[in-house]
Amino acid sequence: MFRQSSREDVLFQPLQSNSVRFYAFIAILLAVIAWAAYAYFVQLRDGLVVTGLRDYVFWGIYMTNFVFFIGISHAGTLISAILRVTGAEWRRPITRMAEAITVFALLIGGPMIIIDMGRPDRLLNLLQSGRLQSPILWDLISITTYIAGSLMYLYLPMIPDLAECRDRLTDAPAWKRFIYRTLSLGWRGNAEQKHRLEKGVAIMAVLIIPVAVSVHTVVSWIFGMTLRPGWHSTIFGPYFVVGAIFSGIAAILLAMVIFRRVYRLEAYLTEKHFRYLGLLLLVMDIIYIYFTLSEYLTMAYGNDAADQRVMQLLFGGDFAPVFWAMILGGFVLPAFMLALPNLVKIPARQAAATPLLRPLAAMGALAVFAVMAFSPTGASADLQVVALWPLLRILSILVALAGLLWLALPVMRAHPIATIVVASILVNVAMWLKRYIIIVPTLYSPRVPIQGVPWEWAHYTPTWVEWSITAGAFATFILLYTLFSKMFPVISIWETSERDA
Amino acid sequence: MSTRFSRRQFLKLGALIAGGMATLGAARSRTFDELARAVGDTAARLPLFRANAQTTGELIGADGEPMTHAPAAPAATNQRRYVMVIDLAKCDGCKECTTACSAMHFVPPGQEWIKVFENRDNKVAGAYWFPRPCMQCDNTPCAKVCPVGATFKREDGIVLIDQERCIGCRYCIAACPYASRYFNWAEPPHTSEELAQKYSVELNYPHRKGVVEKCIFCPALAREGKIPACASACRMNAIYFGDQVEDVVTNHAGETVSFTQLIREKGGFRYMEDLGTEPRVWYLPPRDRVYPAPKG
Repeated sequence: MFRQSSREDVLFQPLQSNSVRFYAFIAILLAVIAWAAYAYFVQLRDGLVVTGLRDYVFWGIYMTNFVFFIGISHAGTLISAILRVTGAEWRRPITRMAEAITVFALLIGGPMIIIDMGRPDRLLNLLQSGRLQSPILWDLISITTYIAGSLMYLYLPMIPDLAECRDRLTDAPAWKRFIYRTLSLGWRGNAEQKHRLEKGVAIMAVLIIPVAVSVHTVVSWIFGMTLRPGWHSTIFGPYFVVGAIFSGIAAILLAMVIFRRVYRLEAYLTEKHFRYLGLLLLVMDIIYIYFTLSEYLTMAYGNDAADQRVMQLLFGGDFAPVFWAMILGGFVLPAFMLALPNLVKIPARQAAATPLLRPLAAMGALAVFAVMAFSPTGASADLQVVALWPLLRILSILVALAGLLWLALPVMRAHPIATIVVASILVNVAMWLKRYIIIVPTLYSPRVPIQGVPWEWAHYTPTWVEWSITAGAFATFILLYTLFSKMFPVISIWETSERDA
Repeated sequence: MSTRFSRRQFLKLGALIAGGMATLGAARSRTFDELARAVGDTAARLPLFRANAQTTGELIGADGEPMTHAPAAPAATNQRRYVMVIDLAKCDGCKECTTACSAMHFVPPGQEWIKVFENRDNKVAGAYWFPRPCMQCDNTPCAKVCPVGATFKREDGIVLIDQERCIGCRYCIAACPYASRYFNWAEPPHTSEELAQKYSVELNYPHRKGVVEKCIFCPALAREGKIPACASACRMNAIYFGDQVEDVVTNHAGETVSFTQLIREKGGFRYMEDLGTEPRVWYLPPRDRVYPAPKG
């Protein structure tokens, strides 16, 4: 029923043989997970006292991970559902990877809340005495619906490929053949089956979009519904949804480049796919910068004392280095990296001038670091100086960025995929930091002054337990994703060959 | 297809308009009004629209007031609305309220259910001592967000926590603007005296790991008609406790005054009134102080 081409053989390759490197990789992941399990055991035994959390900063990187993973999960919806609904044909080789990210990110993100709970043994209380008035219940309902929906949305388009596996991988171990046979539901690929499948997929694609939007909206509402400065914001719903899609695209780009390399999928994942997704990433980046500006400028411009404390922490206080690194390195820089290679065309006659310009840019960048090195640190300096230095510093960083970009432009042109992937890495790191920046600084500035507590109780430094569990969460995500890719074709065979036919 | 109206279409349209008018007419009728009111009343009783109507089983009206079948009648003797008044002009920051509270409730170390702050609203007015118990808000932000109804508002105004139901998500701590809530990060140290008691929501001990704690207005003492531990420990007589229904509050010295008169005459206020939480703790402004002000 499918054309047996050599192009498709490469898709079955990972399913048929495991290299030593694969086993080593799995062993490393399992070791990290085992270490995280030990850390969680310690936390269960001794209580959350083993974390850096205390009564002021009572939510930390567990909540950051929760929001981050739920954000990543939006990869699947956007790439797959929206592009399917709008009939974007180039999506075909990407959809399955994206949908799988959704499922596994949800399976990791959801339980982060349980890890954050003081009494995980009472989890069932949420079902027995759940109150619909609480945003946590909204999250519970929304996320479980999303898990169920996205599992279905991952599974349905996989049925023809499962049948292909059943028919082709006849020398696979019995348990694998059993899985292919059972899950393929007797698919033979006749017209009636195809018709039903396409109908089912089309319906799911439409249904999953509002569910996905609801998920990140209610995640934001956990924060938005409180009276805390920095959280009590009306734009949090859409702000989080945009952020989720933004980080989701960056995640799928990373998955693509890894699979392309490891499974040699160059024939399927071409430069075009990276370029198109890179443009989508750029669009979401710009929208996210717009939302960020809108949120912070509104808060900073007003005089609300509680808001001002949070703003001060971000712009010039404890969180300023992370904040500015995130804004400039994670949002602005990727935007230029994604846009410039497409925009700036240096005509041949100007090529002669560029060697002159580049050293200038390099010197500018170096000068900037000199300025930054001599600038006073912290917010302790007196007011007159404080007003001037951040401005100078931001300006100098911008100049440095511009210089470095100018230097790197030919390199970025020559390696478009690498450029997009580096931008994606920056975006993913920045989006994790962004969730941290949303959660922690607000807790540093409660409405009631912090008095008479030890320094550690008013400040937050994640402990080894929290970092270990975080590492374990990422390792579990990668493990699930890897095992999935060894079990099922990561590229939809029937959809890609259908287009070729 | 003709673009003009056929007879059939005209009739259909006419029937539709007639039907619509009839429905509208019905909507105007008395029966419809009654139906709408019944739907509205039912909706108001549904837990979805209510923050407080769980756990106790006691009925509270949609406006947050206790439901009485004869609202005009004088309050029943067992019906109380507890209230606290703290006179900031008298508080000298000795923190004996905190000490007494911690002793009485075996409060785990690191927690101050009533915490004395050194507040300073602006540079001109200077600093003053500010004891902060749980505000027992009537528009309860913590109970509103609790996913399992472990923290709840009682008809007598007290906000309690059921530590046998609390899942330790700490969302109530996020919701509380007064930082009145604490979490048992580790297993609290126990005394035999504490462990001898059987747990009840009115005691909140024996304490346990992984749940939220806070000031509970000493409901066990209130049952006996006594003022809370903090009020009876205040040798400056700054903390008054009483019943808003009976309109009377009492302090450590036994000075018993009308609540409304005290608030009206001394310019009583509530902390962060503009947040709309409707606290049951009132403050009297720190003027004509009877103690040396904090250096602040």
